[in-house]
Amino acid sequence: MPHAKLFLQRRQQVKTFGLTATALSAIALSASAAAARDQIQVAGSSTVLPYATIVAEAFGENTDYPTPVVESGGSSAGLKKFCEGVGENTIDVANASRQIKDSEIEACAANGVEEIIEVRIGYDGIVFANASEGPEFAYTPADWFNALAAKVVKDGAIVDNTATNWNEVNADLPEQEILAFVPGTKHGTREVFEEKVILAGCEESGAMEVFMAEMGDEDAAEEACMTLRTDGKSVDIDGDYTETLSRIESAPNGIGVFGLSFYENNMDKLRVGTMSGVTPSTESIASGEYPVSRPLFFYVKKAHIGVIPGLEEYASFFVADELAGPDGPLAQYGLVSDPELAATQEAVANQEAMQ
Amino acid sequence: MTDLPMPADASRDATKSSLLVADARTRKRNAAEKRFRSYGAAAIGVALVALVVLLSSIIGGGAGAFRQTYLSIPVALDADVLDPKGNRDPAEMSKVLTLSYGRVLDAAVDTAVADGGIEIEGLSDKDIGGLISKEASAQLRDRVLADPELLGTTVETNVLVNGRVDGYFKGRVTMESAEADGNTSPQQLMLAEELKERGMLVTRFNWDFVTNPDASDQRPEAAGVGVAILGSLYMMLVVLFLAVPIGVAASIYLEEFAPKNRWTDVIEVNISNLAAVPSIVFGILGLAAFINFAGLPQSAPIVGGLVLTLMTLPTIIISTRAALKAVPPSIRDAALGVGASKMQSVFHHVLPLAMPGILTGTIIGLAQALGETAPLLLIGMVAFVREFPAAPPEGLFDPASALPVQVYNWTQRADPAFIERASGAIIVLLAFLLCMNVLAIVLRRRFERRW
Repeated sequence: MPHAKLFLQRRQQVKTFGLTATALSAIALSASAAAARDQIQVAGSSTVLPYATIVAEAFGENTDYPTPVVESGGSSAGLKKFCEGVGENTIDVANASRQIKDSEIEACAANGVEEIIEVRIGYDGIVFANASEGPEFAYTPADWFNALAAKVVKDGAIVDNTATNWNEVNADLPEQEILAFVPGTKHGTREVFEEKVILAGCEESGAMEVFMAEMGDEDAAEEACMTLRTDGKSVDIDGDYTETLSRIESAPNGIGVFGLSFYENNMDKLRVGTMSGVTPSTESIASGEYPVSRPLFFYVKKAHIGVIPGLEEYASFFVADELAGPDGPLAQYGLVSDPELAATQEAVANQEAMQ
Repeated sequence: MTDLPMPADASRDATKSSLLVADARTRKRNAAEKRFRSYGAAAIGVALVALVVLLSSIIGGGAGAFRQTYLSIPVALDADVLDPKGNRDPAEMSKVLTLSYGRVLDAAVDTAVADGGIEIEGLSDKDIGGLISKEASAQLRDRVLADPELLGTTVETNVLVNGRVDGYFKGRVTMESAEADGNTSPQQLMLAEELKERGMLVTRFNWDFVTNPDASDQRPEAAGVGVAILGSLYMMLVVLFLAVPIGVAASIYLEEFAPKNRWTDVIEVNISNLAAVPSIVFGILGLAAFINFAGLPQSAPIVGGLVLTLMTLPTIIISTRAALKAVPPSIRDAALGVGASKMQSVFHHVLPLAMPGILTGTIIGLAQALGETAPLLLIGMVAFVREFPAAPPEGLFDPASALPVQVYNWTQRADPAFIERASGAIIVLLAFLLCMNVLAIVLRRRFERRW
């Protein structure tokens, strides 16, 4: 190797190291002087996520504030992050597909998050759908209880559930193998499914009374009602609706539990079943006819209003008639708009914190 | 050593065997060799088939993302709607929301349909209005606010069409599926066909996919990977500027200077261990150390870069040490022999010779970091981000997304058009990786030394 070349190379080496050292110190310097956050940070429910992104996008377009950053991860994860404390490196808004729990409010308070504004944005329906080439289903909650519960009541006695076909559960249903893809336990949707379908079916079919008589305790009876069978007929889906959809595509006998907006975006692949004779739609959910629905919320950290620019405006923009109203883009996407939206708007305007 | 040929035997019994006629043992050995070669070829074949299947499914699914359908129509900008006060003051006009611009665009499509004499039975207003993307109203608003003089005139506008109609031209949506679909209808698709015949609707190459930020669930047609590319690039810069100097310095010290004792053994075992730690663990560490303790912002490339630096360091250290070890000791001895100091021998001789190996290890480490999603999940980078981060170094603290995160994000969206976008993002990610690998090869060639 010629000496000159080697020397040159050494110089290059030294230069590179010098450069990296400068860059390092530059990064370290700017790290200590991290600029104040100017965009809103949101996290939480994956059910609320599409609505939140639609609002965030419109908010960025129509105001001078930057577009908020929206994360998903689930209601519980979002609320946990929300309750981590007050300050720029905590989130400002948590989306939730269920109401905040007392234990979460306590956790918040313990970390200094004392004033929380609760905003209900509307309702979401939960629908039951099978592959579009499958037969039509007309369910009742009792059918779902009898098909999926671990223990059912037969001739007045509690027995293990052995039903294999839907027509064994209810003679009016098609002769199709029972295979249900239900949301996993970390989803807010699962709670609604258990309460409004399985438990309701348990009560409707009279099984609840038998459980009560057997166990003598209402909580234990409810628990028994909501325990799903584990012999592979009921499959927990821990991912989101896209996973449920792909499971149905590979197992055409399967029936999945979806959010209304997801179904409306994939109507060509799915056939929705009626529940107690009512077809799910934004109208039938708004009127209360369709039984399986739940409210959606977001929670605002009041201490951040005035600190994070645009937070107050974002909250009122979200529930404005133009967005959350019956003709707004959120309703178009599948949100059932809240009949009491005006009251929510007022509460947001007054920044009423939860008690 | 029984497999060795026995030339002595062969020459002794020249009548029975010749070099031209293989005896049984030679045939056996040759057959074994042939078998081994075919196993090798089969292994390569399996790998190639897997690669071809993977690439063709990704390219087949994602190529569509690079093409997009646009509609060009004249839009009459109604001053009464867009500037109700009539004073052409941008501040006043900015109170008019995109929704009003949407109505202006709907009216423009209506006019275009009427002017074109298109008559389709059962075509509803919803079909006509829904033909164009919701992104269009935002673009039109920006354009008008930038130049208020446009009000009252008719401007030729190029707008994106709705994801379903676009999907129809890409074969994702068919007349049959549209029948069952609540978001489009066969009439809408027929209208699109008519407009296409009149040359108003074109499907063409779409740079916007690479430059646009993410978009909400209602407008998959407008979503792009711009923010994700920047975010990934920023993170790679951080990793490059932190992991490489730290990793190389650590390995030079460990390899050339450190005494061999119990402490260095412990360090060595730990480094090898760290290389195998699941990446999500680094995410948890990053959340605790950089966000909760150091107070760095969430969703920022700097935190992502720091986490990935920690993750990449062991890879870089291990490969750098291997590269240093591969330099023959004679080089060091010769340098020391002519009076060079230890440091001189390392920096003048060993390091330049180990450079190709170090570069390869670094690039492999960076490529691994580029494709990582799990640790980013915990530090808030799996998010919907529409604002482009500023130029570094300030931009390192702005929220950003990253390419693998964008893929993950899009596969979870309800609208099927996002599946195509996700495959498109994978193509971009692969192109990114290819660039990095090409760079590695070029650099390696430049530094390659033989002895």
